[in-house]
Amino acid sequence: MANELIYLKNISKSFDGQMVLDDLTLYIKENEFLTLLGPSGCGKTTTLRIIGGFTEPDQGVVLFEGKDITHMPPNKRQLNTVFQKYALFTHMNIEENIAFGLKIKGKTKQYIDDKIKYALKLVNLDGYEKRMPDSLSGGQQQRIAIARAIVNEPKVLLLDEPLGALDLKLRQDMQYELIRLKNELGITFIYVTHDQEEALTMSDTIVVMNQGYIQQIGTPEKIYNEPENAFVADFIGDSNIIDAVMIQDELVEIFGAKFACVDTGFGNNKPVDVVIRPEDVELVDKEKGILQGTVTHLIFKGVHYEMEVTTPNGYEWLVHSTECFPVGTEVGIYVKPFNIQIMNKPESEDEEAVHVEE
Amino acid sequence: MLRNKNKLMLGIPYYVWSVIFIVIPLFMVFYYGLTDKTGAFTFENVSAIATYEHSKALWLAVKLSIISTIICFFLAYPLAMILAKYAKGKSSVLVMLFILPMWMNFLLRTMAWQTLLENNGVINTMLSFIGLPRMTMINTPGAIVFGMVYNFLPFMVLPLYNSLEKIDPNMINAARDLGANAFITFFKVTLPLSVPGIISGITMVFVPALTTFVISTLLGGSKILLIGNVIEQEFSQTNNWHLGSGLSIVLMIFIIISMVIQSIADKDGEGSVL
Repeated sequence: MANELIYLKNISKSFDGQMVLDDLTLYIKENEFLTLLGPSGCGKTTTLRIIGGFTEPDQGVVLFEGKDITHMPPNKRQLNTVFQKYALFTHMNIEENIAFGLKIKGKTKQYIDDKIKYALKLVNLDGYEKRMPDSLSGGQQQRIAIARAIVNEPKVLLLDEPLGALDLKLRQDMQYELIRLKNELGITFIYVTHDQEEALTMSDTIVVMNQGYIQQIGTPEKIYNEPENAFVADFIGDSNIIDAVMIQDELVEIFGAKFACVDTGFGNNKPVDVVIRPEDVELVDKEKGILQGTVTHLIFKGVHYEMEVTTPNGYEWLVHSTECFPVGTEVGIYVKPFNIQIMNKPESEDEEAVHVEE
Repeated sequence: MLRNKNKLMLGIPYYVWSVIFIVIPLFMVFYYGLTDKTGAFTFENVSAIATYEHSKALWLAVKLSIISTIICFFLAYPLAMILAKYAKGKSSVLVMLFILPMWMNFLLRTMAWQTLLENNGVINTMLSFIGLPRMTMINTPGAIVFGMVYNFLPFMVLPLYNSLEKIDPNMINAARDLGANAFITFFKVTLPLSVPGIISGITMVFVPALTTFVISTLLGGSKILLIGNVIEQEFSQTNNWHLGSGLSIVLMIFIIISMVIQSIADKDGEGSVL
């Protein structure tokens, strides 16, 4: 591929005998917003630190524009990092913080001043030159950290859970801000987060990781609508993950009832995992449903009602609907064929990482 | 009302303590320092610092304390950096190794060095045993500086370790990330951020070194007099409390000046270990 900027090849890394990354291979394209998503301890931050040069892999190669940078120190790499909790230099004012990298590169004073002005404007903090980092709010400090990184004109910006310390409202604002920045700068963003909503909102590509393995790579839509395994389905949003049997192509048996679906090629009478998103479960009259159940929980969530419907075998279906069915109502369950996502069950030991608690 | 009264009652032991052990002694030092034997007010005891032997002792004390502080700083800084960098988590054991000697009596430790440094002491015996000439080590300014460095080094290490350990490792990473090599990172980030620890360490070494008389007595013999020795002699030998107090006031002024400098430089109390 011509436009691949970073190529991580067979990277392995362990700390104190604990395997953190196991033979990870990943391409990152130019001008892409790529998110490494996963629970804590999945290896996403280690991957970022290896790209940034703060950690060396035990095995494997990091290529940047085709050149091997595996053992290059961070100060020689053409990328910059925005750290968790900002890591602004507390003994310097905002101007000095932003100028830090430029001064080392020996830029002229005029150039540096222009850059500071430009960067502060870009992050909507003009006039903050002489303030000290302590006097800024979390969101403002984060934006300064971004400004400090981008004045160096990196080809790639690495962001390590940059919004983790902010409150919800601010986090949402900053998400839009980041998308805007990415478009204005036209550079590659590599973003690390454990927040699936953040990943879905901002990314061009999401890499879902768990226990040192990549579980799935794809666009937000693909990851959400067509999770490849139970871990991804469970991690990205709420879902009903159900043991089922693929009777034949386009027909799956769930709790003894036969549902039409659109998947083919799984073979006949094969055990599979089925993922159905709660908003795709339709509650209908009892006799019109494929399965029957009783509403056992009801919570109003604002946009929709969240219900639990218990089928006779004891499984609790999570259902999101704008229609309200009071607790105790007997209902029918119907799912449209294309809303049923069939997944292979994990087969090998290697895929143990895929395990989900239910 | 009752609550405030109770709080006041709780404070009483501390007030009594402060009055007996701080206010009254201070008052007595000032009283003796500013009066003569007849009890009349005089400034002579304080201005006596200007006489040759007194100012010489003060100057020597200042000189040796500054030298010791500088040596302590250059020994302690790398040590504190190593402790802060490699000892995170398991630091307690390593840090303890440096604090451990402090638990032993200061006098005992200094007397041990007397035995080691003496003309017929352990070190000279070993030197002559392997055929090297004996050296005069005891009763030299060098021995006093050595004693000061040995005794006060932990007071430099701890505040430095404290302030270095507080630096967010990501701040160092950020400097590297922005293009700084290890050298620039140290001088632009690590060193400035450890200033509170540096100031605190300097004060904690300089002040006790300036006022010591035990180290200079034990390792300097009676020939080398520091201002601490002069004051001690006025009290214990010459029995001239007035002169001793007068000189103490001068010394106190020196200490207060260095404390003020410290508190200005370390507003947040970041460097303090106590």
